[in-house]
Amino acid sequence: MRWLLVKDLQILRRSPLLVTMLVIYPAAIALMIGFALSSPPGKPKVAIYTGVKAGHGKIHFGTQQVNVSHYAQELFSSVAPLHASSPAAAIADVRNGRALAALIVPAGITQQLQSLLQNGDGNPTVQLVLNSRNPLERDLANQAIQARVDEVEQAVTKQVLKVVVRDLQQVLSGGVVNLLGQNVSLLGLRNVRTIVDGTIASLPRDSKLLPALHQVAGFANLAIEGLAFAGPAIGTVGTPLTVQRIDLAGRTTPIASYAVAIAAVVSLMFVTLLLAAGMLALERSENAYPRLVRGLVRPEALLGEKIALAGISAALLSLLLSAIVSIFVPLQWDRFELWLLALIAAGVAFAAMGVAIGGLAREVSTASLMAFLLSLPVAFIALIPSTAVSGAVASALDVVSFAFPFRAGLQAVGNAFSGTAPGMAWPLVHLLVLGLLFGGLARLALRRFAVA
Amino acid sequence: MTLATHPTLSVRGLTRSFGERTAVRGVSFEVSPGELLAVIGPNGAGKTTLLSMLAGVLAPSAGEIAGVSGRVGWVPQRPAVYSKLSVAENLRLFARLEKLPDPEPAVDRMLEQAGLRERRDEQVSRLSGGNQQRLNIAVGLLCRPAVLLLDEPSSALDPRQRERLWEFITNLSRQGTSVVYSTHNVFEAERYADRVMVLGDGELLFLGTPAELGRVVGDEGAADFEAAFVSFLRGRGH
Repeated sequence: MRWLLVKDLQILRRSPLLVTMLVIYPAAIALMIGFALSSPPGKPKVAIYTGVKAGHGKIHFGTQQVNVSHYAQELFSSVAPLHASSPAAAIADVRNGRALAALIVPAGITQQLQSLLQNGDGNPTVQLVLNSRNPLERDLANQAIQARVDEVEQAVTKQVLKVVVRDLQQVLSGGVVNLLGQNVSLLGLRNVRTIVDGTIASLPRDSKLLPALHQVAGFANLAIEGLAFAGPAIGTVGTPLTVQRIDLAGRTTPIASYAVAIAAVVSLMFVTLLLAAGMLALERSENAYPRLVRGLVRPEALLGEKIALAGISAALLSLLLSAIVSIFVPLQWDRFELWLLALIAAGVAFAAMGVAIGGLAREVSTASLMAFLLSLPVAFIALIPSTAVSGAVASALDVVSFAFPFRAGLQAVGNAFSGTAPGMAWPLVHLLVLGLLFGGLARLALRRFAVA
Repeated sequence: MTLATHPTLSVRGLTRSFGERTAVRGVSFEVSPGELLAVIGPNGAGKTTLLSMLAGVLAPSAGEIAGVSGRVGWVPQRPAVYSKLSVAENLRLFARLEKLPDPEPAVDRMLEQAGLRERRDEQVSRLSGGNQQRLNIAVGLLCRPAVLLLDEPSSALDPRQRERLWEFITNLSRQGTSVVYSTHNVFEAERYADRVMVLGDGELLFLGTPAELGRVVGDEGAADFEAAFVSFLRGRGH
């Protein structure tokens, strides 16, 4: 087996194109994943026209004012703004492809907001013009702008509610209010009640003023009780629901680690399947298989050599991929030996599947094509979330995924990278069983391997 | 050549069936040391099946192969060597797989014997068809076999390469190696073989010297050995 391994390494050394592809492929995947995970999301180009003149973006509300322009600046920071001179120019920017979307803020928006806040009248509206040619770009621009508009809305609402609550508090408890530059003392309902209660107590029992004063005191009591509840109630409207996140079963796999695990296992699968299937089929293409198995090498040893070669080579390449990605994404290097274990276990299971493909296909080109064609659906099926499909389909996908090493490999590698539940033992046993089953299938396929 | 007392290869009632079809039926013969035995016959006669059974690649359905004194070397029709490796690397690999105690002298010996010493570091894919076949045979000879089995060794070669190949094979025979080879080319059987075995539909139709085959069909007025062979087959319904 040792000399066959040496021979295969010599053959690989003399196939520089293949080896370059096998090394560059995971490295390129690693760099792409790394850049994608570590780079901030891109900002869509948005043409912006605002009819609101500088310094006119303030809304007055009671004694307070809200500067809407401040929030507009935040909106601009989440997109790449192209300032347009008119609404038509902004729309033209979208039409000619300079911008993905146009945001048109009418000149009267501040007054409309003011009217809405003061009188409850009107419907302040900004226009968002989207380029519908590319649905993905359209959604990107829409999401970026809508998210920011939601934030602005929420911020303005919060600010307004703060003003309302503070004013109510002053009505309730009194205080000093600035009106037209002059500080005016506001009495407040609680003080009114105290004064009225004091007045009632000081009047004779038969005073004709008492019924009226009792009515005023009753109203004051009701108003105090009502407003005492109203303040906190209004305050909660801005953030009516707080979500407390609870993760069960310890830590969950961080999305970045999961993405790296997917990249590592996809690379591992491609390299292993292609290498194992191709190298076994090569023995037949070179016509060497009958010569080898007539006493020189047992078929089981030949399969073992191919599995070891493909599995370990691909595991090392995936390790290289992971090391490159770890420049961008923090991975737990203190679990390195578990990375290695998971990658080798997955590599061996995939390699066993690869030799089964090679044994059944027999020709190098057919084996490579079969390995490639099988890889994509195997990975795709294993990655479909069970909640995305109906129960019956999810069960069927589970059965199919169970029969191939991708899902178990992903669980083992993902766990090795992040140290999260459900642990590595079961995926490793699963990979071992699949390796034995595919190895057995490959051995059966070798029975007709040399037949022309 | 007369048969020696101790044959290097003795075959009795060898039969191989593939389902309903019997490819080789009850074939018996012996091969003596240094003898060149040609197996000829039309397509589908069972030549490759017979050689595959003798090589141990295919298990017989019935019969026995006995009396092999020493190992059997097998050279399949297409070169069974690695095209990405050099001539010497191929020989070294197979010498190691043969578990020869000291592979390097065996490699040197075969390079010398096959006339490939100057090509030792050349990648096999760059060799001519003739040289690839010589390397193919050299690999089959690494274990110093008493019997060498060659399946249509010259089928892909041009006349010059064929000439050099047969020179190499006849030298082996002179050195005591028994050679059993199958061929479509009846002139190669007539010219190089000590004895000729004719197979038709898996049955042994004739076993004797080329001259004897010529005599068997001589009365039928054949112009040459090939015509005599065709006439022989036709006379037996093939």
